[in-house]
Amino acid sequence: MGLRSPVAAGLAGLVAMTAPGAAAASGAGMAESCATCHGLDARPRGAIPRLAGRDAAELAQALRDFRDGRRPGTVMGRIAKGYTDAEIDAVAAAIARPGKGR
Amino acid sequence: MNRRELVAGVAAAAASGRAARAAVAPRVVIVGGGYGGASVARALRRIAPQVRVTLVERQAPFISCPRSNGVIGGLAEMGEITFGDAGLREAGIGVVRGEAAEIDPAKRQVRLAGGRRLEYDRLVLSPGVDFIWNGVEGYDEAASAAMPHAWKAGPQTLLLRDQLRAMPDGGLVVIAAPADPYRCPPGPYERACLIAGYLKREKPRSKILILDAKDSFSKQPLFQEAWTTLYPGMVEWVPASRAGRVRSVRAGEGVVSTDFDDHRPAVANIIPPQRAGAIATKAGLAEATGFCRVDPVTFESKVAPGVHLVGDAIMPGDMPKSAFSANTQGKACAYALAAIFRGETPAEPVLLNTCYSLAAADYGFTVAGVYKPLDGALRLVKGSGGISPVGADAGTHALEAQYGRSWFDTLTAELYG
Repeated sequence: MGLRSPVAAGLAGLVAMTAPGAAAASGAGMAESCATCHGLDARPRGAIPRLAGRDAAELAQALRDFRDGRRPGTVMGRIAKGYTDAEIDAVAAAIARPGKGR
Repeated sequence: MNRRELVAGVAAAAASGRAARAAVAPRVVIVGGGYGGASVARALRRIAPQVRVTLVERQAPFISCPRSNGVIGGLAEMGEITFGDAGLREAGIGVVRGEAAEIDPAKRQVRLAGGRRLEYDRLVLSPGVDFIWNGVEGYDEAASAAMPHAWKAGPQTLLLRDQLRAMPDGGLVVIAAPADPYRCPPGPYERACLIAGYLKREKPRSKILILDAKDSFSKQPLFQEAWTTLYPGMVEWVPASRAGRVRSVRAGEGVVSTDFDDHRPAVANIIPPQRAGAIATKAGLAEATGFCRVDPVTFESKVAPGVHLVGDAIMPGDMPKSAFSANTQGKACAYALAAIFRGETPAEPVLLNTCYSLAAADYGFTVAGVYKPLDGALRLVKGSGGISPVGADAGTHALEAQYGRSWFDTLTAELYG
């Protein structure tokens, strides 16, 4: 499978269309849930892996690998299974660029 | 490209025009400074700094229920779960020390116990739970001085710890676990583990009897595995179907009764049935379940417009009542409020819960879930979540214990640091 680049993820985010009811979650909004363990600046205290400084493609690939069972972990496989490819790209982009898109 | 991907663009496109519509400072009043309320307040300061945020909290300092089982089991001190409000104040949150006595959704006012009134544009209630006294016959607030619940952390936590310290070796500890729904579903069973750990170290002839008002519980196979491997012969669980439900207590005589047995334990920990915190119940926001139904996108009450609720007081669908849930709900509520103040339609949240439990200091496991709005409630995303694998090796348990500690330190620093 081809890796989606951060640029491609960003372009997907720019496509606008009117939708009935509520809009889907923003990457920044979804990343808030990641922050509960990994920290708002992706620099957690203690043993949980730090995500700060990793780029969006690397984070998205890690999430796909957790989701698809290609990467061992404790809880991340169970979490990543709840996200679509588009959500994984959006959340990875938001974590890689903290403070953007709010 | 599916609908969700396309819709994702709406929020991004809206972001560009949002600065132009800054309104005059909207006022948000938050009742409750626990994990839910503090999360709303902190998130609003970050994402909508123009909003005037007032937080009403009656208890100072805040004492965390997560990790309080560690205090009971001798793995942590009270100081490690106690947090002042200086961090909240320094973040620009107006902390009001007091008790919210009444809300008036029509006038958009909160009246405090002293008579002071706070006006709001949006109100957020995060009042946690209240106990249903005499839900177990004879178990009221006075009885909790002899048979602690320790289900709100603080003096009750120390009371239970000290009773365990004072009891003789060979004594019986009874834990009465309530029926669903209640705060922290795995909590009674984690407590059994950490008390067993203390007893194994200090009073190894002692036993723990869990008298349960239900027939199954959160992370059940993991707890049962831990009881067998770590504390063989020490922990017995009696489900409701084998008359486990505690019907009544006589606190003065130290008696705990089920339909068939009267127990006279050395230590009785009675966890009573619960409902939404008093302010929500009094305002008529709770349903027959005792808890409040909210919109899964905005967390606005289904009953009172302009009043939002997060945390243990709500019945949000599939999300369990946990500090993690309260935190992600609180942040989602803040995002929705920020959108409402911008005149935009709030985006649908994707929410997460991960509950860490300890069976011993270096033995942890989790239950997790990802939740999305569906048909008016937050529903578990199919295929996501679940519990840690049974039969995991010691290294995995040690890692999950470390991650649990890391989660606690990271989150409490961000809310209260």
